[in-house]
Amino acid sequence: MRLLNEEQTMIRDMAAGFLDEKAPVDALRTQRDAGGGFDAALLKDMAEMGWFGMLLGEDAGGVDMGAQAAGLVAEEMGRRLSASPFLSSGVMAATTLRATSETSWAAKVAVGHAVVAMGIDERIRHRPNAIETRAEKSGNGFVLNGAKKFVSDGAGADRIIVTAGTDDGLALFLIDPGLDGVDTRALKTVDNRNAADLSFSGVQLDGAALLAIGSAAQDALDSALRVGRSVASAELIGVSKEVAGRTTAYLKERKQFGLTLASFQALQHRAADLYTQIQTTDAVVAAALQAIDDGAEDAELLSRVAKAKAGKTASLAVREALQMHGGIGMTDELDIGLFMKKARACAEYLGDGECHGEWLLQQRGL
Amino acid sequence: MTDLHEFRAATRAWLEENCPDEMRQPMSEADVCWGGRNWTFQSQAQQDWLKRMAAKGWTVPTWPTVCGGAALSGDQDRILKEEMARINARPPLQSFGIWMLGPALLAFGTDAQKQHFLPQIARGEIRWCQGYSEPGAGSDLASLQTKGVDCGDHFEVSGQKIWTSYADQADWIFCLVRTEPEAVKHKGISFLLFDMASPGVTTKPIQLISGSSPFCETFFDAVKVPAEQIVGDRGNGWTIAKYLLTHEREMIGATDSPLFGSEDLVEAARDALGLDDQGRLDDPILRGRIADFLIDEIAFDAELARAKSWIRAGKQLGAESATLKYTGTELNKRRQELLMAAGGLDALEWDFTDAAADEKASLWLRSKGNSIEGGTSEVMLSILSKAVLELG
Repeated sequence: MRLLNEEQTMIRDMAAGFLDEKAPVDALRTQRDAGGGFDAALLKDMAEMGWFGMLLGEDAGGVDMGAQAAGLVAEEMGRRLSASPFLSSGVMAATTLRATSETSWAAKVAVGHAVVAMGIDERIRHRPNAIETRAEKSGNGFVLNGAKKFVSDGAGADRIIVTAGTDDGLALFLIDPGLDGVDTRALKTVDNRNAADLSFSGVQLDGAALLAIGSAAQDALDSALRVGRSVASAELIGVSKEVAGRTTAYLKERKQFGLTLASFQALQHRAADLYTQIQTTDAVVAAALQAIDDGAEDAELLSRVAKAKAGKTASLAVREALQMHGGIGMTDELDIGLFMKKARACAEYLGDGECHGEWLLQQRGL
Repeated sequence: MTDLHEFRAATRAWLEENCPDEMRQPMSEADVCWGGRNWTFQSQAQQDWLKRMAAKGWTVPTWPTVCGGAALSGDQDRILKEEMARINARPPLQSFGIWMLGPALLAFGTDAQKQHFLPQIARGEIRWCQGYSEPGAGSDLASLQTKGVDCGDHFEVSGQKIWTSYADQADWIFCLVRTEPEAVKHKGISFLLFDMASPGVTTKPIQLISGSSPFCETFFDAVKVPAEQIVGDRGNGWTIAKYLLTHEREMIGATDSPLFGSEDLVEAARDALGLDDQGRLDDPILRGRIADFLIDEIAFDAELARAKSWIRAGKQLGAESATLKYTGTELNKRRQELLMAAGGLDALEWDFTDAAADEKASLWLRSKGNSIEGGTSEVMLSILSKAVLELG
């Protein structure tokens, strides 16, 4: 349980109401069965709620509400598996564009007129600083060669922010996926979202495509990852709370041996243990989001611990939910499997316990 | 806000002036000032520090002034703690009276009881112990059998308690006894206060797997307890006991309690095992287990901080204290296992007859009791499944 102020309660309740109507779990199921990507009309409606401008300043048409507000929305999205480019475009790209003062595309993101995705992974495990993609200077611009894996919402995005190595260090480019030499391969993924693999072969970029270079690029990327991890953690806590709630309800209703499952201590204790894990996770996710809004020094640490912990807890939650639902939990008809798929993808994306545990150990000199 | 700024400035100045240098040093469990009739101060500084803080009402800052406190608000109390932490000031007094009996008396005691007992607790004059568990009443505490027979002007108490911390050093006991043998078990218990020097009280220390311990067995043989030393009504002791257990859980769940030791796991592992040529702990699988632990520990720190902010906001933790107790104690057991693993063969060197001389093994063994005392992990899970999840 969090202590929310009046404004936060309003954000949460409005998000819950909106998503119940427009993007419940069934919408993801329908979208999966139709083989479609995200719904453009839904994106526009979400943007009208101000969600895609939450992390943007007023100069870019944003509402500047901060990471905690974005976390509240993401948690409600996690509860309903709402499919939208919120995390990629509204959170991570918006943060990058803001950090690099690119207001014209930021303004399009804020109102839902454009989706900007993040091309940050090259390895199969999250290592955003392991970059082989290269941009060589050429006239006023650059020539880009390389590839990005699993660009979230990369299929159908209007622009992609791409990390690349240059002679002057890390650079961030804002790339039109329609340029010659850009190949986009849409992926079918376990969580049914719009990821794509992108490759770049001799792509000519003009100077305006460069968002930042050197330490400015690193700072912008770090900032986008920090906010992205924290908001993704909030989405995961939404998944955890929802499946735990559904499981508790099922235990009270399902009867075997003439008793409700809720009367069996073995199950009571597992449900209670999961509850404690969710409480701990909720606390560290809230702390990470707040640290970002406060500009606190431990925001980096907390965002990594939050992501690691939220992934582990969501994994536990969906596994326990499936087991405690028994055979019916294995059926596609029940939603538990959809939550399990989302938890796996969201725990992996932007790094899991091993990824951030490794960072933590190096940080502590181990 | 200005008032708080002024309070902080005044507090800082007073502490600077009054906290002796010796009381600004890091402390171990042996440096705790417990107070009591028979307390021997370890130093003049310890005595001065207690006297000065007690005179300010700052041993129990939030209690009413008539009860020996300073009636500080939540914000003022926080500022006092911050200012004490700033100069590493030791707590002037620690006691079960402050942590447990005091809050219960404030909630359930008569005015006469509050004015009699609380100032003595605040000044560290009476040291208290807690008479709860019995050989036959552990997790099922409400089944306790120690008898309290109502003899009009007094109760006659007979029976046995176990796990009574510091019973051999305490002056008084707050004790659960069965006064209504005919009533259902939760309704037949009363909460009595009495002097451990009363005829018929004997104690016997308990040795644990970790060596000597503060725990005792406590025996009562027809102990006479004056009738006015009951807290609350006859048969209403369970309500008070539950209230008090919540305080105990919050205390045990907090990892900064002295029980847990403060050896840094990361440093201990690095010192014991060394780093490989890439600067990584030279034991990759243990290194991974440490990473898992650190993630859970940092997350739990955030949970503790949140609980503290709730308390400051005037919110009761309620069942949430069971979450903290369960998570904190299970975490500490893992921590101690990792410290032993990091210590390897060296950590096995230990002399049981001088157990306290080497903390590592004794803390490891002692930690096993964390998830038993104050309500087992299983009891915590049962509380949560009933009170929060409404299962069963």
